[in-house]
Amino acid sequence: MTTDNNTKAPVNLAKDVQKDHSQLMQKEMIRGNYKKLAEAVDDPDKKVVYTFVPGNLNELIQCFDVVGNYPEINALQSAMQKKTGAYIMEAERHGQDEDVCTYVKSDLGMMRKGNVGPSGDKIADPDLLLLSYTGCFTFMKWFEALRHEYKCDTTMLHVPYQGDGIITSNMRDYVVKQLKEDIIPALERTSGVKFDIDRLRENMRHSAKAEDKLVRVLQTAKNKPSPIDSYFGGIYYVGPSFSSFRGTPECTAYYDALWDEVNARVKAGQGPVTPEGVMQKERYRLVVEGPPNYTHMREFWKMFYDEGAVVVASSYTKVGGVYENGFRHDPDNPLESLADYCLGCYTNLNLPARTEMLENYINDYEADGLLINSIKSCNSFSAGQLLMMNEIEKRTGKPAAFVETDLVDPRYFSSSNVKNRLESYFQMIEQKRNSSAA
Amino acid sequence: MSKTTQIIERCLALYEDLDFTAARQWKDAEQGRHVIGFLPIYIPRELIHAAGMLPLGIYGGGDQMEVIQGDAFYQSYICRIPRSTMELSLTGRLDFVDGMLFPSICDVIRNLSGVWKLTQPDTYVRYVDVPQNYDKDIGGKFYIQEMRELMEGLEGISGRKITDEALLESIKLYNINRDLLRELYRLRAVVPWNIPVSEVYLLMRAGQVLPVEEHNEMLEEYLQAVSAVDKPRRDNVKVVLNGMFCEQPPLNLIRSIELAGCYVVDDDFILVNRWLRENVLETGDPLQNLSDAFLEHSTRTSATYEPCEELKGSQLLEAVRKSGAEGVIFAAPSFCDPALLEKPMLEDVLNKNGIPNVSFKYAENTGQMQPIREQAGTFADSIKLWS
Repeated sequence: MTTDNNTKAPVNLAKDVQKDHSQLMQKEMIRGNYKKLAEAVDDPDKKVVYTFVPGNLNELIQCFDVVGNYPEINALQSAMQKKTGAYIMEAERHGQDEDVCTYVKSDLGMMRKGNVGPSGDKIADPDLLLLSYTGCFTFMKWFEALRHEYKCDTTMLHVPYQGDGIITSNMRDYVVKQLKEDIIPALERTSGVKFDIDRLRENMRHSAKAEDKLVRVLQTAKNKPSPIDSYFGGIYYVGPSFSSFRGTPECTAYYDALWDEVNARVKAGQGPVTPEGVMQKERYRLVVEGPPNYTHMREFWKMFYDEGAVVVASSYTKVGGVYENGFRHDPDNPLESLADYCLGCYTNLNLPARTEMLENYINDYEADGLLINSIKSCNSFSAGQLLMMNEIEKRTGKPAAFVETDLVDPRYFSSSNVKNRLESYFQMIEQKRNSSAA
Repeated sequence: MSKTTQIIERCLALYEDLDFTAARQWKDAEQGRHVIGFLPIYIPRELIHAAGMLPLGIYGGGDQMEVIQGDAFYQSYICRIPRSTMELSLTGRLDFVDGMLFPSICDVIRNLSGVWKLTQPDTYVRYVDVPQNYDKDIGGKFYIQEMRELMEGLEGISGRKITDEALLESIKLYNINRDLLRELYRLRAVVPWNIPVSEVYLLMRAGQVLPVEEHNEMLEEYLQAVSAVDKPRRDNVKVVLNGMFCEQPPLNLIRSIELAGCYVVDDDFILVNRWLRENVLETGDPLQNLSDAFLEHSTRTSATYEPCEELKGSQLLEAVRKSGAEGVIFAAPSFCDPALLEKPMLEDVLNKNGIPNVSFKYAENTGQMQPIREQAGTFADSIKLWS
C-alpha cells in the first residue's frame, strides 16, 4: 500500500482500480476467449490455433471457426497477475538461458506448470501453431520450441523486413503466395472447414471499421489536455484490435463504446482515466518508444500520472498494426491487404522509418519529449534505440530519456531507479521550458 | 619455418589487422575497384565478385580492440558484435568500404542495418533477406528477385552490369573454394592432431578479406603442405563446436578448447564459407542456380526455420556421425537469441541420441580462459572415462 502525496487516502495498488465501461467490456471479451480455450481442452472438435500479435491473421483465422490463442497476451496478463517470475524460473530450470526473451520463457514456464492461463483455467494444447514471423526473429525459435514440446502441426508465414523502408511487390507477392499455398491449406486441414473468401472479406470489413475508430481514439491525444493516455491506457485500447477479436462485430462494438467515452472526455476537457480516476492537471506530454513493463504496470503508470505526465503517442500501440497513415484491411483485396498489414507492423519497419515516426509524433502531438522504455529481452525493439533517441533529440530539440525494464520479468524492474530517472527527466523538461521562455 | 606455419602466420596477420590493409591494398591496386562489407551469416558473395568487387567479411573487433564509441550505441544486454562493428566504423577502419550488407540472421544485426543507414547516409546499405520458405515457387522466386535488387544496387556502385557469364565464372571460383574447404574439413576430421582447430579457423577467416582466387591458392598450398605434417596424436576426444556462427570467439578460446583435450572435428565458424553444402550448378541461369542451391543445400542453423520437427538437429547429428565426434560443445555468445534459444532443442536431440554435450557462453573479448579450459577439460575427461 502507498500513500499519495500525503494528501489523499492510502491507495491499494492492487485493488482500488477505476475502470471505464469499455475496459470492462474488453475484460468480458477476453474472459470469453479464455473460456473457449478451456472448453477446447475436453472437446476435440474445437480446434485451437496459437499465433502472435504482430502480423496476426485474425480475420483469416476466424474463417475456420477455430479458437485463437496468443501466447504474448497470456504472458502479459500473467505478468500483471505476478505469475511470470515463477514461469520464467521454471523455463530456466529446464535449460532456457537467462539472456533470452522472457516472453518465450514465461510461455514455456506456463506450459510446464500445466498451461493454466491467466483466467485460472487450463488452456487447450495447440492443434496448429501459426507462426507469423513478423518483425521479430525470436518468434521463429519460440514456436519451434513449442512445437518441440507439443509435436503439433506448424505453419509458418515469413514476412520480409522492410530494410529499405518500403514494401516492394516482391515482398507482397511472397507473403500472398505463402498465404495461398501454406497458411490457408494448413488452417483447412486443422479445422476441416473450407476456406471462404467472402467470409474473409466480411471479417475485413469489420476490421476496417474498428481500425477507423481506433485511429480516431488515438488521435484525440492531440487535444490539450489529452483525454487518453496512449501508452498505459493505449494497451487497453489496442487490445481487441491486436488479438482474437479484430474482424468481429464485438470488436467494432467495443470501439464504439470506447469512442463514446473518449469523446465525452474531449467535450468535457478532461484528461485520461487513470486507475485512480481522471487525471487532473496535464503537466507533461510525452511520446514513448518501447513496450511497457507489465509486472509493475500500476506502479509504473503511477510514476507518470502522479507527476501529471501523459503519454500522447507511443510506438508500442503500433506493434499489432500501423493504421494512422491510412492502411486499412481491404475487403476488395483481402490477401494482398493481409500481406500489407503484416509487412507494415511497427517492428517490421526499419530504424529510419521508426525514428521518423517518433519524430512526427513529437511534432504532431506537441509533445514535450521522448521517453524510451528499453526492454531487456526484446532485441527487435531495443537494438538501436540509443541512436534513435539521439537522432530525435537532434531533430526536434526536445529532451529525451531512457529507462530500462522488462516486459514480464519482475527481476528487471527497479522501481527506485526508474522513478529517479523519470523525476530527473521531468526536471529536464521544466528546465528546457524555462530556458525557452527566457 | 614450415610451409603450413608460413601460411598460418599470414592468416594470423590478416586476422589481427583491424585496418583491413589487404583489402585496402586490393582496392588501391586498380582504379574503379570497390569493396562491399558484409556481416554474418550468409551472403551470396558470387554476386559481389561478379560485379568486380571484393566481398569483405566483417566479424566485429575481436579481443584486440577496445570498444569506446560503439558502446554508446547499445545497451548492456545486447551482444558485443554490433558495438565493436560500430567501433570499426566510427574509428574510420571501414572508411574504404563502398557498401555494407546486413544478412537476415537476428534482430540485432537486422537493426544494425538501420543504424548504418542513419550514421552512414552516403554508404550503400542493404538488409539482405533470405527466404525462410524453401519452396522453389514461393521462397525461390522471392529470393531471386531479392538477389536481382541486390545486383542492381551493386551495379549502381560499380557502374558495370553483372552479366550471366561473369556470374557463372564467379560461381565456379566459389565452387572451387567450397571444394577446398570441404577437403580441409574432411582431412581435419581424420587427422585432427595434424590440423589444429586454430589453423582451420585462421584459414577460414583469411577467406573473408582475400579475393577468392587468392584464398583458393592459399588453401591448395596449405592442403598440399599439411599432407606432409605428422604431429603426435594426443589422447584427446573429438568434438563438434556449435553456436559460434556470428560473434566470433577469441582465438585463444579456440586454442584453449584444444589444449583442454578436445580435437575439434567440425564447427560452425565463418559459415558463409560453407553455407552451401553442395556446389552451385555452373551452367544455365546463375540466379536460379544460386537460389536452388540455397533452398536445397543450405546449412541448417539457429538462424533458419526448420519446417520439419523430425529434422530438428539432424545436421548436427550428421556432423557428429560423419566426423566421428564423441561429443558436442555448445558455445554461444552471450545475449545471442538465436543460438541460445536453439540450444535446448539441440541438447534434447543429442541427449535422446546419447551424445554427450556441454555448453558455455563467451563474448568476442572474453579474456579469462581458465574456466573454459576447465569445463572443456572436464568434458573431455568425462567422455574418456564414461562414454
